[in-house]
Amino acid sequence: MSRISREEVERVAHLARLRLGGDEAEAMTQALEAILAYVAQLDAVDTEGVPATAHVIPLATPLREDEPEDVLAPDLAVANAPAPRGTAFTVPRVLDDEAEG
Amino acid sequence: MSEPGLGDLAELRAPLAAGSTTATALVERSFARLEALEPTLRAFLFTRREAALGEAAEADRRRSRGALRGPLDGIPIAIKDNIVQAAEPASGASRILEAYVSPFEATAVARLPAAGAVVVGRTNLDEFAMGSSTEHSCQGPSKNPWDTTRSPGGSSGGSAVAVSAGVVPLSLGSDTGGSIRQPAALCGVVGMKPTYGRVSRYGLVAFASSLDQIGPLGRSAADCAALLDAISGHDPHDSTSLPEPPLATRDALSGDVSGLTLGWLREVDDAAGVAPGVRRCVREAVGELERAGAKLREVSLPHTRHAIAAYYLIATAEASSNLARYDGVRYGHRAATQGSLTELYERTRAEGFGAEVKRRILLGTYVLSAGYYDAYYRKAQQVRTLLRRDFEAAFAGCDAIVLPTTPETAFRLGEKSDDPLALYLADVFTVSANLAGLPGVSTPCGTDAGLPVGLQILGPPLADATVLRIADAYQRRTPHHLARPPL
Repeated sequence: MSRISREEVERVAHLARLRLGGDEAEAMTQALEAILAYVAQLDAVDTEGVPATAHVIPLATPLREDEPEDVLAPDLAVANAPAPRGTAFTVPRVLDDEAEG
Repeated sequence: MSEPGLGDLAELRAPLAAGSTTATALVERSFARLEALEPTLRAFLFTRREAALGEAAEADRRRSRGALRGPLDGIPIAIKDNIVQAAEPASGASRILEAYVSPFEATAVARLPAAGAVVVGRTNLDEFAMGSSTEHSCQGPSKNPWDTTRSPGGSSGGSAVAVSAGVVPLSLGSDTGGSIRQPAALCGVVGMKPTYGRVSRYGLVAFASSLDQIGPLGRSAADCAALLDAISGHDPHDSTSLPEPPLATRDALSGDVSGLTLGWLREVDDAAGVAPGVRRCVREAVGELERAGAKLREVSLPHTRHAIAAYYLIATAEASSNLARYDGVRYGHRAATQGSLTELYERTRAEGFGAEVKRRILLGTYVLSAGYYDAYYRKAQQVRTLLRRDFEAAFAGCDAIVLPTTPETAFRLGEKSDDPLALYLADVFTVSANLAGLPGVSTPCGTDAGLPVGLQILGPPLADATVLRIADAYQRRTPHHLARPPL
């Protein structure tokens, strides 16, 4: 039985904002199928009532005094931006003109 | 080879102290060695010769004033290219960060000047540290100095090669599932993964945040201890950083293991696929530690057989979330498109990520998606708890666990690149330490058919000094860490 279909891989790729090329979706489907078949061994492990471990060394969220500190200067913050405008990032237009108006 | 490789810290510090060499001369030797070997080994992605020479000159001036900063003062070191240094590139061996120059500095790197260490360059890795061969670097693989047709391991492959080849005596790597210990083993050097939280992750390009840890690679356990001591300690910029002062593991290297109990894993005896030569070297190493006064007892970690499955679910889930930041807007590559914002994201990420990173993002997104979260991600986290409990039970009866670092010696480049699962399975002895947050060190313990074998020593959380002490005691009694590749 196949665990994951090509359509499902394409749906997940869209969730992950990844565009898959022609052969890529098929290759990824095969690879994920093999990996999911391997990890299916976990189904047989009895985990009834076992808590989940997210972090191995439990630490309380550290708090600090709410005092201003130096932060990244705006010009440095946009220094790696592929299309900055002044000290702003730019993105393609999200709303069309009518919606804006 | 006209330029001999750099030795360990003791070898470098003696002539520095005697005045027969200078930090400047050491950095020049490091670059001479690097330039001679890079065409063959490809350990580095970026170098910083002028800056390093300037810092070495400062170290020399400090020495002439008698204002030394400690055991690393004037010592050249290399940094894995996923640990950022201010005003230097940091690509993570990914096309998506090819042109990135870091506006800030990782805490582990920021602590190096206080120790006097001089960074010569940034080393190759699997893209975003995802892999165990460096074959997933967008710049192509590094080569194993012991046999350049073979992989150095990974993901900190370049950092291991740089030390093994004598370009630098020490380097920094990161270890999410074995990425320091495995390349150290395959290249015949020492590599140490500290307890989770010992070294700040601030400025480490995030892969799997609950597993990632920065650590040292070097020629000896003592050298790794010196570097770990310099970079460890609490950092308010990392909320998972342990509230502990910097370590002083170097002071704990007594050479004495008498009175310590070592655990030998029943699961290693049962494991298929462990090469006979690896078994032999590790058995002999454990025998040496027994002769040094350590006691040996058998222990069992029954859930380690599920460690790889749990690891790849947790690591990819965290990776899919961490890598959402590469969107072509704030930094990094941006696809040329006139389309929508969604199209910009999708094309940017399709062009910027390599196949292995895409595979892991897809797997991670899938296991976190509606309907699968409990069956995969939560299940893996529960198995993580069972594995942790196994270790707690085992460490109730021993001070450290000894086992091979890898089931086999270095594999040929290309040998496993068509089968991602085969490569994942080779991490069988290293991923458990990350899932449980434990300190672990790999030390050379001989060769099999001319290729290095690694002995791995794992300790309970916070026992960083103990695992280094055992590795150091072993090295005082054996010559294996002194073996050099036939370059």
